[in-house]
Amino acid sequence: MSKKVMVSFTLNGASADVVVEPRELLIHTLREKCLHTGPHIGCETSHCGACTVDLNGASVKSCTVLTVQAEGATLVTVEGLANGGELHALQEGFMQEHGLQCGFCTPGMLTRAYRLLQENPDPSEEEIRYWMAGNLCRCTGYQNIVKAVQYAARKLRGEAVETSHPLIAETASH
Amino acid sequence: MIPRPFEYHAPTSLPEALSLLDQYGDGAKLLAGGHSLLPMMKLRFAAPDHLIDLGRLAELKGIREAGDEIRIGAMTTENELIWSPLLQRACPLLVEGARLISDPQVRYRGTLGGDISHADPGNDHPALMIALDASFVLVGPHGERVVPADGFFIGTYATQMAPSEILTEIRIPTPAPGAGYCYAKLKRKTGDFATAACAVVLTMQADTVRDVRIALTNVAQAALRATDAEAALRGAPLDAAHLDDAVRRAMAVCDPVEDLRGDVEYKTAMAGEMTRRALTTALARAAH
Repeated sequence: MSKKVMVSFTLNGASADVVVEPRELLIHTLREKCLHTGPHIGCETSHCGACTVDLNGASVKSCTVLTVQAEGATLVTVEGLANGGELHALQEGFMQEHGLQCGFCTPGMLTRAYRLLQENPDPSEEEIRYWMAGNLCRCTGYQNIVKAVQYAARKLRGEAVETSHPLIAETASH
Repeated sequence: MIPRPFEYHAPTSLPEALSLLDQYGDGAKLLAGGHSLLPMMKLRFAAPDHLIDLGRLAELKGIREAGDEIRIGAMTTENELIWSPLLQRACPLLVEGARLISDPQVRYRGTLGGDISHADPGNDHPALMIALDASFVLVGPHGERVVPADGFFIGTYATQMAPSEILTEIRIPTPAPGAGYCYAKLKRKTGDFATAACAVVLTMQADTVRDVRIALTNVAQAALRATDAEAALRGAPLDAAHLDDAVRRAMAVCDPVEDLRGDVEYKTAMAGEMTRRALTTALARAAH
C-alpha cells in the first residue's frame, strides 16, 4: 500500500480536498469520496465515455486519469450543469428530443457536449457525430442525441427552440 | 480496473524528471497522457513501482517552426495537433492522421510523444513519422541525441530509446510546398486501431514521381517503411502499372499478426489497398 496524499481541486465551483492513494482513479474519487455519482463506469478499456467530466477545459474520461493528476484542477461534472435549479440547455435538449432512455451514458454525453458546444457553437450533424464519438450509448441509436445537441446549440446561440418530437410538437400546438 | 499500488512523482522540470528516472531505474515509468499506460496498469499488464508524471513540464509542450523544421513538444496532445493552424497549413498529413486516432476525450490527453514512445504497432504516429522523415530528440543522463524515425521502431513496444531517456521533441522537416500526402486507415469503428493503414508523402515533377515515402501501420511487429515500393516509383509516372507494382512491393514487406481484426492474408491485402488509396489521394493532392 503506497502512502496516501491530499489532492485539492475545484469541483462544480466548490473547493474539494480528498485523501487518496496515488493509484485511485478520478472516477472513483468523484463517485465514492465526493459523492458525485452522475459520472458512471461502463468499461475498463477507456472506450465508453460514461465517466466523462470536464477537467481544465477538456473533456476527459475520468477512468483514465489519476486523482493525483487533478491537483489544482477545475472540474465540472453533470451535477454542475444546472444553474440555480434551471436546467442547462443541453439537459433541456436531451429531455425535449428524447436523447436518453436508461440514462447511464447521459451524464458523460452531457459533459462531452458541454465542451463541444463551447469549442464549436454551430456544429454540423457530421461534426456532432465525429466529436461525440468517444461516448457510447446502448439505448438511443444516437439519432436523438444528435438532435438534442442541435437543440441545445440553437438555444445557446439565442435562437428559438422547439422539440422535433412529433407527438410533443402536436400536443403543444393544440 | 484497479491498478497495483505505486508511488507518484510530479516533477516540474526536465532535469528533475531525469533525476527521478535515474533514481528509480527499471521500477519507474514515465506518465504522459496516460491513455496507453493507465489502461495497461488497470489490466495489470504493467505494474510499475513509480510513475513519473511529465504533465507539469511546460517545456515539453507546443508547436513551432524553426528554420525549415516543425518542432513539436513531446507532451503536445492529439487535439492540439488537429487544431494547430501551423500544422493545418504546413503539415496537413499530421492533422489528417491525428483526426483518425482514437476519440475526442482520448485526444485531449494522449500525446504525440507518448504515441511514439509506446511503439505499439497499432499506433498511427510511428508510420506518420516515418513518412514525414521526422526525428526524435532523446534526452538522457549523458545529454541529448537526435534519432531518425526511420529505424527507431524495432519491435512491438520496442524502440531505440533507452529506459533512462525521455523523448522531449519531435522534429519534422517542413514538407515541400505542393507535396501530396494521405493517411489511409482501415478500421472496424471510430477509435479502433488500424486493421491496416498507409501514410504517404509524395512530390511530383511534371508527370513523374520526384520523391515518395510510404509507411505502413499495424501490419508487422513495428511500423514499416516500404522502401522497395518507394524505389520503384521514384522517377516513374504514377500510372496504373506502376501503382500495381508499388502495391505488390508494399504487400511483400507485410508480416501481420492474426487477431480479431483479421488473418494474415486479409491484413496484407488491406495494406495493399490502403497503399493504393494513399498513393492515389496523395497524387491528386500533389502539385504537378
